[in-house]
Amino acid sequence: MTSPPAPLVMQEVTKVYGDGATAVTALARANLTVAPTEMVALVGPSGSGKTTLLSIAGGLLHATSGHVSVGGRDISDASAKELTELRRSTVGFVFQSVNLVPFLTARENLLLVDELRGRRGKASRARADQLLGELGLDHRAGNLPSQLSGGERQRVAIGRALMNEPSLVLFDEPTSALDTHLGEQVMGLIRDEVKGRGTAAVIITHDERMTQFADRTVHIVDGTLDA
Amino acid sequence: MRLAWRELRRRPGRFTMATATLAVLAALLLFLAGLLDGLFLGSTGAIRAQRADVFVYSDTSRDSFLRSRITPATREMVEGVEGVESVGGLGIALVGAAVPGEEELADAAVIGYELAPRGVPAPPAPGEAWADDRLEAFGVDVGDVLELGAARIPVQVIGFVSDTNYLLQGALWVEPGTWRDVQNANRPDARVADDVVQVLVVVGDSQLNDSDLATRIDTATAELGTGTGATSSLTKSEAEFSLPGTREQNSTFNQILGVTFAVVVLIVALYFALLTLERIPLYGMLKAVGASTRQLFAGVIVQAVVVASAAFALGAGVTLLGAATAPAQLPLTVEPGRVLSTYIVLVVCAVLGSLASLRRVARIDPAQAIGGGS
Repeated sequence: MTSPPAPLVMQEVTKVYGDGATAVTALARANLTVAPTEMVALVGPSGSGKTTLLSIAGGLLHATSGHVSVGGRDISDASAKELTELRRSTVGFVFQSVNLVPFLTARENLLLVDELRGRRGKASRARADQLLGELGLDHRAGNLPSQLSGGERQRVAIGRALMNEPSLVLFDEPTSALDTHLGEQVMGLIRDEVKGRGTAAVIITHDERMTQFADRTVHIVDGTLDA
Repeated sequence: MRLAWRELRRRPGRFTMATATLAVLAALLLFLAGLLDGLFLGSTGAIRAQRADVFVYSDTSRDSFLRSRITPATREMVEGVEGVESVGGLGIALVGAAVPGEEELADAAVIGYELAPRGVPAPPAPGEAWADDRLEAFGVDVGDVLELGAARIPVQVIGFVSDTNYLLQGALWVEPGTWRDVQNANRPDARVADDVVQVLVVVGDSQLNDSDLATRIDTATAELGTGTGATSSLTKSEAEFSLPGTREQNSTFNQILGVTFAVVVLIVALYFALLTLERIPLYGMLKAVGASTRQLFAGVIVQAVVVASAAFALGAGVTLLGAATAPAQLPLTVEPGRVLSTYIVLVVCAVLGSLASLRRVARIDPAQAIGGGS
C-alpha cells in the first residue's frame, strides 16, 4: 500500500522580486516538507518572507526557481488556470484580515467555495451546516459578517477554508486580531479541525505562544528557513 | 453570478446612483426617440398610407408635392408602361382651417385622391372630407363644416381616419375636384388645371422591383422632355424621405441618440471601474479561494445588465407617463418596436461599458489577499 503524497513539498525554492540593482530576495533556497495531518507553525519577523512562502505554497505566486509540489502535483510551472483549479480543489486559505464576503451570511460564505467549483445542492448545504456546527456557529449561520464578533468571523473563515476538503490549509496570522484567550481558543479549534480531518496545515504567526498548538515550528529570517 | 445577484439584492444602495443616472438617460433616449418617431410618422402618414409602390413627380419638381404637376399626357404614358397595374392622382394643399366654435385655425393638409389609401374609404362626394383624428385636438367633430384657407372654401367632415397626416398637418381627404377648388382659390399663384394632379401613385406588378418600375416609368416619360412631361419617380421609402426636413430631422435625432448612447457607455464604464477599484481586495480574496476571472467578470456583466434593465424600466415609466399627459400637439409617439430596440441597445451599451473593467479584474493578483504579490 502506497502512502499518500506529502501535502506540501518545497525544494530549493527561491523568490526574487524585481531585477538588476533593485532585486530583492524574499525567499532563499527554502526547503520545507509538510506531512499528512502535520501542523507546522512558521514564525518570523515582519519582512522575513513568511507571506511569500505561504503564497507560493498556495499557488498564489510562482517561485523564481526551485520546485513546489502540493498534494503530489508539481505546480512549479503551472499556468494561472491550473493554479486557480488547485486553489479551488486542494488548498484552503485563512487570511489575516479574515476577508469574508460582507454581503453573504456565514453559511453562504462557506457555500461560496462550492459554488465557485460549480457545486450546489443538498450535499454542499449539509457540509456547510456540519462545519458551522463543529465550529459552534450553527446559531449564527444566517448572520452577515458585520453581525458576528471577531472570533466568530475567524471561525467562519476556518470553515470556509475547510469547505473544499483540502489536503493543505494555509493560515496567515489567524490570531493576530484576537486577544490571547480567544487566540488560544481559535488555535485549539484549528488543531482539532485539522487533525480531525487528516489535513495538513501551515500557520504563520508572530506569537510564539501559539506555536504550542503546532507539531513543529519553523523559523524564517531574511528569507531563509532554519529547518 | 449568484454572488452578483446577492450583492444586488442585499446592497441595492450601491447601485442606486448608477441606476438613477441611467434612468434619466433612458427617459431622455425614449423621449427623443418618441419625438423622432412622432415627427416622422406625423409627417409621412399620407405617404405611408398609400397602397402605391412608386410615386411619380414631374422631373423639375425636386420631388416636392407642392411643386410637382402631372398632366394627362404624362399620366397616359405612365399608365402604358409595362408592369404598371393601376395609377391614381394625388394633390395636396396646405391651409388653415376655420373650425366652428374655435378661435384658432387648425393646420390642415387637404389631400385630393383617387385610389383609397389604407384606412381611408373611397373618395367622398364633392365638398366632403374624411378628417384625420389629429384634427380632433383642434375641436373638429363629425358634421362640422370647416372653412379652408383665406378663401374659406367649405368642406364638411363626414368621419375620421387615423395616421394619415402630412408634414404634421391634419389631413382632410377629399375628391380631386374639391382639392383643386381649395388649391386654386387659396393659391392663385399655383393654380392647377382640370385633370392635372401633383403626383401619381402607381401600383406595379408584384413580381417587379419598385426601383426597376420607377426607372421604367422615368425612361418612358423622358421622351416628353425635361419640364414638359418627364418624370422623377421614387419608391415609397424614398418619397417619405423626400418630404421637406424629414431626412435632416432623422439624421439630427439619430446623432443625438447616438451621443446619448455613448454617454451611457461612459457612465457604465466609469461606474464599474470605480466599483472594481473598490472591490480589489474582495476580488483578490475570491481569486485566492478559486474564483476565475471569467466568473468574476460574468458577475460584473450581470450587474451591468440588471442595473441597465432597472434603469430602463424606470425611464420607460417616466416617458410613458409623460406621453400620456403631453398635449396632443406634441408629436410624441411611443412605438413598441422602438422601446424594445432602445432597451436592447441600452443593455448592449451597458455591457460594453462594463467591459472597461475586464482588464482591471483580470490583473487583480490573488496574492494581494494575503498581502503578497509583486
